Amino acid sequence: MATVLILGATSDIGVAIAKRFASEKFDLLLAARKPELLKPLESDIYIRYGASCSLLAFDALDFKSHTGFFNTLQPKPDVSICVFGILGEEDEAFDDWDLTKRMIDTNYTGAVSILNVIAKYYIAQKRGTIIGISSVAGDRGRASKLIYASAKAAFTTYLAGLRNKCFEYQVHVMTVQPGFVYTKMTENQELPKAITSTPGQVANIIYNAYLKKKNIIYIKWFWRYIMLIIQCIPEFQFKKMKL
Amino acid sequence: MKKQIANWGNYPVIESNEKYFAFEEELQKLLSGNESFIPRGNGRCYGDASLAKNTISTLKFDKILSFNKSDGIFECQSGITLDQILEVIIPAGWFLPVTPGTQFITAGGAVASDVHGKNHHIDGSFSKHLLELDLILNTGGTITCSYEINPDLFEATCGGMGLTGLISRIKFRLKKIETSFICQKQIKAVNLEELIGLFSEYRHYTYSVAWIDCLKKGPHFGRGILMLGEHAVFSDLNEKQKKEPLQLSGKRQINLPFSLPSWLLNAFTVKAFNFLFYAKNYKKEINSVIGYAPFFYPLDAILHWNRGYGKKGFVQYQFVLPLEAKKGLIEILQRISDKGLGSFLAVLKVFGKQESIISFPKEGYTLALDFPVKDGLLEFLDELDQVVLRYGGRIYMSKDARMKPEILWHGYPDLKKFKDIIRKYNPGGKIRSVQSDRLLLTTN
Repeated sequence: MATVLILGATSDIGVAIAKRFASEKFDLLLAARKPELLKPLESDIYIRYGASCSLLAFDALDFKSHTGFFNTLQPKPDVSICVFGILGEEDEAFDDWDLTKRMIDTNYTGAVSILNVIAKYYIAQKRGTIIGISSVAGDRGRASKLIYASAKAAFTTYLAGLRNKCFEYQVHVMTVQPGFVYTKMTENQELPKAITSTPGQVANIIYNAYLKKKNIIYIKWFWRYIMLIIQCIPEFQFKKMKL
Repeated sequence: MKKQIANWGNYPVIESNEKYFAFEEELQKLLSGNESFIPRGNGRCYGDASLAKNTISTLKFDKILSFNKSDGIFECQSGITLDQILEVIIPAGWFLPVTPGTQFITAGGAVASDVHGKNHHIDGSFSKHLLELDLILNTGGTITCSYEINPDLFEATCGGMGLTGLISRIKFRLKKIETSFICQKQIKAVNLEELIGLFSEYRHYTYSVAWIDCLKKGPHFGRGILMLGEHAVFSDLNEKQKKEPLQLSGKRQINLPFSLPSWLLNAFTVKAFNFLFYAKNYKKEINSVIGYAPFFYPLDAILHWNRGYGKKGFVQYQFVLPLEAKKGLIEILQRISDKGLGSFLAVLKVFGKQESIISFPKEGYTLALDFPVKDGLLEFLDELDQVVLRYGGRIYMSKDARMKPEILWHGYPDLKKFKDIIRKYNPGGKIRSVQSDRLLLTTN
């Protein structure tokens, strides 16, 4: 039986991914800062899909704990999915270095810290899949997402490099670029219905892309073109815009 | 975030700040503020019962907590919808003890409306099968209730429209089935008299409901089709059905992607529909073995069927009259027919006995009708309310969007007791809806 590790399993996308993989008979290692919150999900997944879950305490910001965390995992996951991240209030972050640093550390440093550990193990085993949930926000820096977007850009670049590094060891790395998704993170934003996905749709697309060993996926597909257009706007024009 | 929300009737539409929670911890945080709110599930009640300027959605609070396959006891969080429950329990040989006409309501909604089904005369309403509930009170504390523990709270929560607290955990007993199919018998009745006689003749059937043509006048006044059902046993099935006796049904759905123009539904089109619906049963009696979904949830096959009533929406009107008030039923049907306000869906059912303080069902005839919102409708429904009251009946709050408070207060003799229990557990009326304010349940 295959096992999947979900880092950030209390997030809406994390829960949806857990259910999707469980429905395909994966056993789950669910990692979150407060794993006790996941008890109802554990019973739910067992009753619906017959899959078993282990609930694990994991703090993305406690970098030093990451090696120990991974070493204790039993069994080791065949697939590791990095879902955690925070949006943060950008105006507040601009005035508050601690918040800025927390946004960078959660969205980038923490992810790099744990994925380095996992990649090292997978490279040694010559097998494994790493899936990183980044964001289309990272495709171009802009005022309204100053810190979040730059951290996600770094994460996207990291995943691309990791994919390159791991390729010769038959380890696959997939980058997921979601656009708008209805989640806790975006609950207070008004999102255009036509281009917004549900966590369930995101999980489904990720699972199918995993089977096909895709490298970079946009959710939904048209976000690739939306971001392409945004990237094509010349900087002298873009800097005057409010997006 | 503020957005426009409405329940299934698309009337009324109000601006609301809708919040979600997936964990109890998040809910506690939401409750720590002073703002009033109403809990909301899948928005499948028809009127304004789950509308307020602040709503707390249970839809992410949807986990199954336990399911004992040998004794059929099921425990879940309140935001799970019945279709998800069926997906899990049917393959294990169990069914919902009571189900309304749609599988897209939440378990919490089933309790808050104390829903009834086609088996009310045999099995009672949903609350009869409950073992235990947890509520989160407006102060944030959790309290358990059942027929034995905090019975006043339990009684006021079943059918209490969410006003006692946010229903968080529900434990109930399922019904054992051998197959997921239904043996259906349909019998045509030429008029209301015959139809009512048939209800009584076939009262031993577990499931019964009738569709009724409310526009027909003269000797065929109140003609209809009685639909009866029993859970099929293995030997009832044909060879194909036997291959998978506990299969899920009704997965194929078509969508009504936009609202139809509201003029489309008029006396003429409803008459034509009724004629076809009645005439499709060319035989007096038809027997068949069908999946549970087409039997219990025929309308779920069309996603967003409510858009058929146009942008202005519709009002569903459901009342119950005591058994001895057959005259009242005739008078109401007469008035509808005279007015030419035909309803596509006129559904008649006979309820069995039920004692409760706020649940809708009580012994008698219940009729549910859909009316598209248009000028003069609300006045007409006020007239019908008077007839209902005169014959000792009452109106279903889950369908209601417009009744006047005195109609509710006359129809439910224990309402004072209900209001006192709300006051006790929901002090200050922090949990309140557009409906509860309109009906003076959460005002002084």
